[in-house]
Amino acid sequence: MSESVNTKYLEIQHVAQTFKTAKGNFPALRNINLTVAKGEFVALIGHSGCGKSTLLNLIAGLTIPTQGHLICANREISGPGPERAVVFQNHSLLPWLTCFENVYLGVERVFGRNNLVDRKTKEDKAQLIARTQAALEMVGLSQAAQKRPGEISGGMKQRVGIARALAMEPQVLLMDEPFGALDALTRAKLQDELLTIVANTQSTVVMVTHDVDEAVLLSDKIVMMTNGPSATIGEVLKVNLPRPRSRVALADDTAYLGYRKAVIDFLYTRQVHVEKV
Amino acid sequence: MNDFSKQRIINVLAPLTGLALLIGLWSIVSLTSTNNFPSPKDTLLQAIEVFKDPFYSNGPNDQGVGWNVLSSLKRVGVGFGLAALVGIPMGFVIGRFDFMSRMFNPLISLLRPVSPLAWLPIGLLVFKGANPAAIWTIFICSIWPMIINTAVGVQRVPQDYMNVARVLNLSEWKIIRTILFPAVLPYMLTGVRLAVGTAWLVIVAAEMLTGGVGIGFWVWDEWNNLNVKNIIIAIFVIGIVGLILEYALIKIATAFTYEEVKS
Repeated sequence: MSESVNTKYLEIQHVAQTFKTAKGNFPALRNINLTVAKGEFVALIGHSGCGKSTLLNLIAGLTIPTQGHLICANREISGPGPERAVVFQNHSLLPWLTCFENVYLGVERVFGRNNLVDRKTKEDKAQLIARTQAALEMVGLSQAAQKRPGEISGGMKQRVGIARALAMEPQVLLMDEPFGALDALTRAKLQDELLTIVANTQSTVVMVTHDVDEAVLLSDKIVMMTNGPSATIGEVLKVNLPRPRSRVALADDTAYLGYRKAVIDFLYTRQVHVEKV
Repeated sequence: MNDFSKQRIINVLAPLTGLALLIGLWSIVSLTSTNNFPSPKDTLLQAIEVFKDPFYSNGPNDQGVGWNVLSSLKRVGVGFGLAALVGIPMGFVIGRFDFMSRMFNPLISLLRPVSPLAWLPIGLLVFKGANPAAIWTIFICSIWPMIINTAVGVQRVPQDYMNVARVLNLSEWKIIRTILFPAVLPYMLTGVRLAVGTAWLVIVAAEMLTGGVGIGFWVWDEWNNLNVKNIIIAIFVIGIVGLILEYALIKIATAFTYEEVKS
């Protein structure tokens, strides 16, 4: 793979998104330009209603932009696909399948058939099962494999969602406020796990969040968005903290505090959120 | 006395009071009536007589109550089964494709309010027989709730699940099998329950008109014999069978309803 593909793995060019509503057109995003390198961890942060999730849905291919182009690994994004796996805000596990079956669904789709693009031949059932088990083990849920989502806690459900996404070995992992609905302690634990997993898998990650600490702790690059409507990228902050990162060690690290201050400044001084009725 | 045992007494006492009220009213009607309205006691004695041998058969016009109920259930089963075979896939198609929904909704709105018995003559004309005409009537009356509930269920499948399907790029068949069908099942079973209820209502009326063997025909036959006791017994039998059908379907429905996903 050439150097340019590695540094411009995901490329967003002049993207704008307008939604048609009953009250006329609603401009959600305008003039979004962003590049994400292979293996980079990018956080999208902004006040609610600033179009973070809209941008993530565009990268996922769930919606198509009104203007501009999104390019992933030199190919234009024209729809959703398993190479861009999504961890949804509310985990979106199928309640009638066990945790194992939920993860297996994705594994079977990606590895259970011949892939003409990368000339991979399909794997047999034992290999698919092994992949599923490995993914559940990675998030520490081997014990809960045969339970249904209704029988496990919110944090465990979110971990199954992450396992489902990671098991597909996606080129890009997209996360929409994955820990938003969890309590602070569970959230911290899952953030640490995510750090370890991402370090091991070298995944490219785009994560939507509204948590400043989460953004600084996890990312290489924080994309701060202006308030909507017609939101755009206000500032991009490079986080040059060495990895592996430790939450405890960083707590009184001056560089860490500096990044944290920069994000807070942006969010609460320059982009004061005004809730519209 | 604690609240728990008080609640238990109420749970037993309330329905018994209702039953006593019914029997009381019935006794008053039979005592004051001048045209031989049977008393609860006479009816009970007759019922014991009738249920002693529910499966006798003296030719097509004189059979035990068991045979009558069974042949009614058979008609309902066939008509209802055919309606499920046609209605449930049709509900899926209407729910999944906007064009189909726009195409069929006006027709459904037009035909649904029609009394099922109005279709009986059409059935007699087309199928040239009383039995298929009765089955046809059951088919028509039970198909609407199944189509409508299935379609609504498909339209209400949470967008999150459909997004999962889109991200995983599942095939249409896989989407139907692993996402649509389980998500729609509770709605579908509600449709089935409503359909069975209606079918059981309609079969009695249809059999009164078509004759043959069946609980509806039995009611009409006993009216011609002026055997009011048997008519009352038939009413109870119809009620109890309807209750059992309803109860069984509610049990099935709860077994297949999964806990809603909450974040």
